[in-house]
Amino acid sequence: MVSRDYLLKNTPAGLLKEFPFLSSFFAGQTFGFELKAEESLQQIIQEMDEAGAEDNAFDAENFLTQLHDFITQMNAFLGHDKDIVESLTIIAGKDKSGHPEQFGHLVFNKSTITSIVGPTGSGKSRLLADIEWVAQADTPTGRSILVNGEKPLTDWRFASGKKLVAQLSQNMNFVMDLTVSEFLDLHAKSRMIVNPEHVVEKIIDAANDLAGEKFRGDTPITSLSGGQSRALMIADTAMLSSSPVVLIDEIENAGIDRKKALQILIGQEKIVLMATHDPILALMADQRIVIKNGGIHRVIKTTAIEKVMLEKLEKADKKLQKLRTALRSGEIIDENIYQD
Amino acid sequence: MNLITVSGPPSSGKTAIIIKTAEALMQRGVKIGAVKFDCLYTEDDIAYEKAGIPVKKGLSGSLCPDHYFVSNIEAVHEWGMKEGFDLLVSESAGLCNRCSPYIKEIKAVCVIDNLSGINTPKKIGPMLRMADIVVITKGDIVSQAEREVFAARVHSVNPAAIVMNINGLTGQGAYELSTLLYDKEKNIDSLKGRKLRFSMPSALCSYCLGETRIGESYQMGNVRKINLEEN
Repeated sequence: MVSRDYLLKNTPAGLLKEFPFLSSFFAGQTFGFELKAEESLQQIIQEMDEAGAEDNAFDAENFLTQLHDFITQMNAFLGHDKDIVESLTIIAGKDKSGHPEQFGHLVFNKSTITSIVGPTGSGKSRLLADIEWVAQADTPTGRSILVNGEKPLTDWRFASGKKLVAQLSQNMNFVMDLTVSEFLDLHAKSRMIVNPEHVVEKIIDAANDLAGEKFRGDTPITSLSGGQSRALMIADTAMLSSSPVVLIDEIENAGIDRKKALQILIGQEKIVLMATHDPILALMADQRIVIKNGGIHRVIKTTAIEKVMLEKLEKADKKLQKLRTALRSGEIIDENIYQD
Repeated sequence: MNLITVSGPPSSGKTAIIIKTAEALMQRGVKIGAVKFDCLYTEDDIAYEKAGIPVKKGLSGSLCPDHYFVSNIEAVHEWGMKEGFDLLVSESAGLCNRCSPYIKEIKAVCVIDNLSGINTPKKIGPMLRMADIVVITKGDIVSQAEREVFAARVHSVNPAAIVMNINGLTGQGAYELSTLLYDKEKNIDSLKGRKLRFSMPSALCSYCLGETRIGESYQMGNVRKINLEEN
């Protein structure tokens, strides 16, 4: 453990060498520590007069506490990074009227897909919030969440950078003014990945595989089309997000290859939850949850008959796709185009 | 009575977060009041009233809103005690992002939003750095990657804080925040003699006193010049 005295005696350069992750901490300070990289913190603090401290809104006590906390947390985080979530378990609670849910308990394993169906406002957000907060019978539904079959550490609730759920939805947009490569590099660095080039390239390839039209690393993210954005978000979430659970919220009309998108996610050992009204997506899942009146009303394993139905639906969908392509390229629609 | 100070840049979603969180607390029988500090204009008091939360508003007008906050918070606290609230929430918009209305040993919440740009956590001073809980809003409209980068930036300027993503529209996460805000045992009987977590900025030049003319000879008091020399 690093003591305060140790920090005070050390220099910014020395600390950076020992704890490379501190670069983001120093970069977040208004005071330019890089200008005094070879002076001890003690010296720097003593030399800073009151006006200088006030201008930079700098408080030495607070600074030292935060530096200490940051090192402790990052060390813990880097050590815990290998924590693998194999499964999540939900233990039944109650619905909005207080009736107990009937499913006993429900397991989500990694690399599996669960779809969530039910009318808008039926309790999807509450279910998600329960998982995000790792509820321990202390939310309005009374549900509990287990991680790998055990009562989880409170880390999952409070530690920054350690969140159970990543979310993807139709309404999300990129808002940063960066190119695709710069953007992915930034995300990788925030996850403390040392050589991001490799993963950046992998993500761009995977995203291009999902989207219709290709894009390059030097394309600004805000100029990507809807389909390209969705593809990049999915590939990025699969490969760079630290969260073991991915919630996909209504990507029906995303303009991407949805089947491949799900494969990328389960290929990265994610637990996939998918809120949808689309029968093809719903039946692609291994199981589906029916939500009603704030509670989980039913859990249905996708049956063999449903899997056969899925194939039929996919065929019908392909026909429609063909019609769309034909329309787009200016063809006349007739029986021939509608053939299998 | 519990007291909580909530602050954050304008339009970051403070009122929405407070109201959603208050609803969760009121369902558990906690009696809540609110006070809104703003500079020139606010209609947030109407939103509070609609939600059934008794509210007072204070407009600082020509004064610095944070200075106005410090000189009024004690009286506001007394009002809350008189009304018999279990919890009083003070909401104030940070304007120059240099100040924070946080008081030592009084729970402090900072609300910022994902749309404000990734350099924002660095630009915001003690208002973010000295908060106990940082609530990040508008996560439903930006990508997962941007949410993660933004949260990491917040963490690097305030490693001690609990960082939460809350949706001010659906209230997802507000119940969870409510469990961190109210504590039956944490009663604050008086604010007299308590201290701010960080000093307010110095501002004592002729322009503070109403001067409007531009020019060297009109500048008096605590005046500082921008460095335009080549480095």
